[in-house]
Amino acid sequence: MKLTVNGVPRSFEAPPLKRLLDVLREDLGLTGTKEGCGEGECGACSVLIDGELVNSCLVAVCQADGCSVLTVEGVARNGDLAPVQKCFLDRGGAQCGICTPGMIVAAHRFLECGLPATNENVREAIAGNLCRCTGYAKIVEAIQLAAGQRS
Amino acid sequence: MKHIELEQQGAVGRSPPRKDGADKVTGRARYLDDLNFPGQLWGRTVRSHVAHGRIREIVWDAAFDWTDVVRVTAADIPGENVVHLIEDDQPMLAADVVRHREEPIALLACADREKLEEALAHVRVEIEELEPVLDPLRSTVVFKSYRIEQAPQGLAQAFADARVIEGTYRVGHQEQMYIEPQAVAAIPREDGGITIYGSMQCPFYVHRALQRLLRLDDSQVAVIQVVTGGGFGGKEDYPSVISGHAALLARKARRPVKMIYKREEDVAATTKRHPAVMKYRTAVEADGTLVALEAEIVMDGGAYVTLSPVVASRGVLHAGGAYRWRHARIDCRVVQTHTPPNGAFRGFGVPQTMFAIESHMERVAVALGIDPLELRRKNALQIGDELPTGQKLTSSVSAREVLDVVAARSDYARKRKEYGRSVGEKRRGIGISLAFHGAGFTGTGEVKLKPRAGVELTDRGARVLSVSTDIGQGTITVFSQMAADALGLALDDVEVAENDTSKMPDSGPTVASRTTMVVGGTITRAAAAMARILQGYVAQVHDVPAAEVSCAGGIFSARGRALAPFAAIAKRYLQERGSLRIIENYRHPPEIRFDDATYRGDAYPCYGWAATAVEVEVDLDTYEISLLDVSTATDVGRAIHPVLAEGQVEGGTVQALGYALLEEHVWDQRGRLLNTRMQNYVIPTALDVPRMHTTLLENPYPSGPYGAKGLGELPMDGPAPAVVGAVLHATGKLIPEIPLSPDRVMRAVLS
Ligand code: FES
Ligand code: FES
Repeated sequence: MKLTVNGVPRSFEAPPLKRLLDVLREDLGLTGTKEGCGEGECGACSVLIDGELVNSCLVAVCQADGCSVLTVEGVARNGDLAPVQKCFLDRGGAQCGICTPGMIVAAHRFLECGLPATNENVREAIAGNLCRCTGYAKIVEAIQLAAGQRS
Repeated sequence: MKHIELEQQGAVGRSPPRKDGADKVTGRARYLDDLNFPGQLWGRTVRSHVAHGRIREIVWDAAFDWTDVVRVTAADIPGENVVHLIEDDQPMLAADVVRHREEPIALLACADREKLEEALAHVRVEIEELEPVLDPLRSTVVFKSYRIEQAPQGLAQAFADARVIEGTYRVGHQEQMYIEPQAVAAIPREDGGITIYGSMQCPFYVHRALQRLLRLDDSQVAVIQVVTGGGFGGKEDYPSVISGHAALLARKARRPVKMIYKREEDVAATTKRHPAVMKYRTAVEADGTLVALEAEIVMDGGAYVTLSPVVASRGVLHAGGAYRWRHARIDCRVVQTHTPPNGAFRGFGVPQTMFAIESHMERVAVALGIDPLELRRKNALQIGDELPTGQKLTSSVSAREVLDVVAARSDYARKRKEYGRSVGEKRRGIGISLAFHGAGFTGTGEVKLKPRAGVELTDRGARVLSVSTDIGQGTITVFSQMAADALGLALDDVEVAENDTSKMPDSGPTVASRTTMVVGGTITRAAAAMARILQGYVAQVHDVPAAEVSCAGGIFSARGRALAPFAAIAKRYLQERGSLRIIENYRHPPEIRFDDATYRGDAYPCYGWAATAVEVEVDLDTYEISLLDVSTATDVGRAIHPVLAEGQVEGGTVQALGYALLEEHVWDQRGRLLNTRMQNYVIPTALDVPRMHTTLLENPYPSGPYGAKGLGELPMDGPAPAVVGAVLHATGKLIPEIPLSPDRVMRAVLS
């Protein structure tokens, strides 16, 4: 099977129904993507497949064959934190951090899509990502800060 | 009192990026599930399918190939079959009687995860079912009871003379719902010992539990906390259970065993917040002066004692709210039911009793026709007032201040007037609550525990030594800030040692809003002692008087003249003298005294104070409640790291709003939990909560490090009754039970 993961073409053997989440973590060694529920509810396993935000625990790897996948490891560029990651640091957007990889991917997707970073739009963009620690306030602030820096 | 302002000097009071932050935002942070151990097996648990019964037999399907599956039952336990905590009533594996659904009975391990799942389906436990007790009011097994009395001789007269107002308040279970489930790995050692890596709050709880379970001495156990994906109390005591299980399997298999609960298993089997039924009866004068309080509180402890006595104790100690009472009698009992043991959850008994007293204040306000904010202001505790235990408040009391700040911030007065006139299908309302929370262990807890923590010199700065865990709240960063300032170091030159029970002093569990205040204070003293030693050393080396040596920004100087960088001194010191490690004992303020037998005295050295204002819109078509605005004001003594402190307030507030509006466990008649998934046990998403206005106030606690007092739990206490007050304002109905689901709102509005 073939995937382009964070810009790098990868090929590997895996049972077609193996969850994309497990392929990323076990076969490709990308443990940044987390499992919080395994049932599509928490968003800790969020990745982008061809630019679309999905829960990788619900995707069989065969469904992604040939696609381009972005995980949290691919958000930073050349070893430098991406602006949105810096904003999470500055604003306290990560506490325990288990939701953070998924949040970063969702935030990255939102910033790429170019919608205005209103409170409502940002909250809508991360509505599929549960965080039990922060109460979301600092995550929303961080994403708005990152959006402000882009424009 | 002053509001947060940035300090010009030092790390304390600033908000640098958290030290573990870069790893967390890049996905590099390694949680338990990200670690693999050579030759590891996976572990699973065989559980009870009934709430109460007698185990007849464990039946292993003879047709199944068990050769590569390791099986453990109670018979394999080399030491005592107990989960060591307060009482020894909970077995690590049930051997004869089961007392709740999902109680662990046997364990399986296998290298192949699919085969392991299959194996689980080939074990059957035959259990003779007994009648379960599920209603705490019917339970006759009392784990613990308390009575607190203040001038009780006057109670009868007070109730005879003043207006009597009564109400009963109810709260159910609440799930911690950390996003990372319970997870540990156990590695057997050649000396017969065991090493545990795990997601946990309290490594020494696990350490002691394993010693007794496996009959090991102190040196044969090492417990290492790894990056932990949330705890909120749910990883206070439960990790002892799952670690015990992994250790039993690893010992028998002679291979590492990793155990990670599936979400449904975690929700169904692990601890939750105690449900409570709370009857309040108060005597109140016509002008709103509170005179006397009688309360009877029943908490549901679940099947085993676990932490119930301490949860109930903290609940009862806060049951009078942040108010002055002339007379009080508060009774509380925590009882057994055949549901999984209820345990620690942020707030630890206080969200329950604070819900009761604050909802009751709404009832009193309605009965007397007084504005609920005015009623609270009038009776709010002040310096010199006494709590029902007789504790006289002598410093750091901010009950009125937090109310005033939140009232201004939320535009309470205007909205109170305006919304009171709303008509039509969508009704708005605003409610306010006042809460307080004792910091540190109750009563003599810290004295008995004798927590120890310290610092050691490294070749560039210092390393903090403790077992206090960072479970997201920011311990690593906050400890580093405190030590950096005490030593005159840059924050980057302070690190925090790995949390390992075989190497670190026992600073006690990470619970009870004690980490910053109690352990942080001890670390700050140790760092100050190290600073003095190094000053003496510098004085000797540079031939200047020790009293004139100081360190700032990582440079030692005397009389305004720079002498040497800290790192150079540190290297030289280590070369000459080998090491410098300072461990201090926690010093309890001697004037703080409590009598455990009579429950009189100073239950806590100090209290945090918080007010919450919540604005809602109630839809009278659907009976749904939407939150329009939430404002909080919180006195933290001193915010060591304001952004992290705000994060504690906001995160706790949203957990409390979930408690108020969404979160409810549903059980069937036989003690089975019906909603064990995130899909049907709903916690707030980003869309469920509005923007929050968070104000921190700093009214320093003189014995706290830099004036800081405990904060972690306080934000959980007040929001739920503020929602009740807002809904009362919007609809005219006081709903004395949470969550305020559409169903409950409908019944109240139509009644
Ligand atoms: S693990 Fe995929 S949504 Fe929770
Ligand atoms: S930071 Fe802990 S769940 Fe979001």
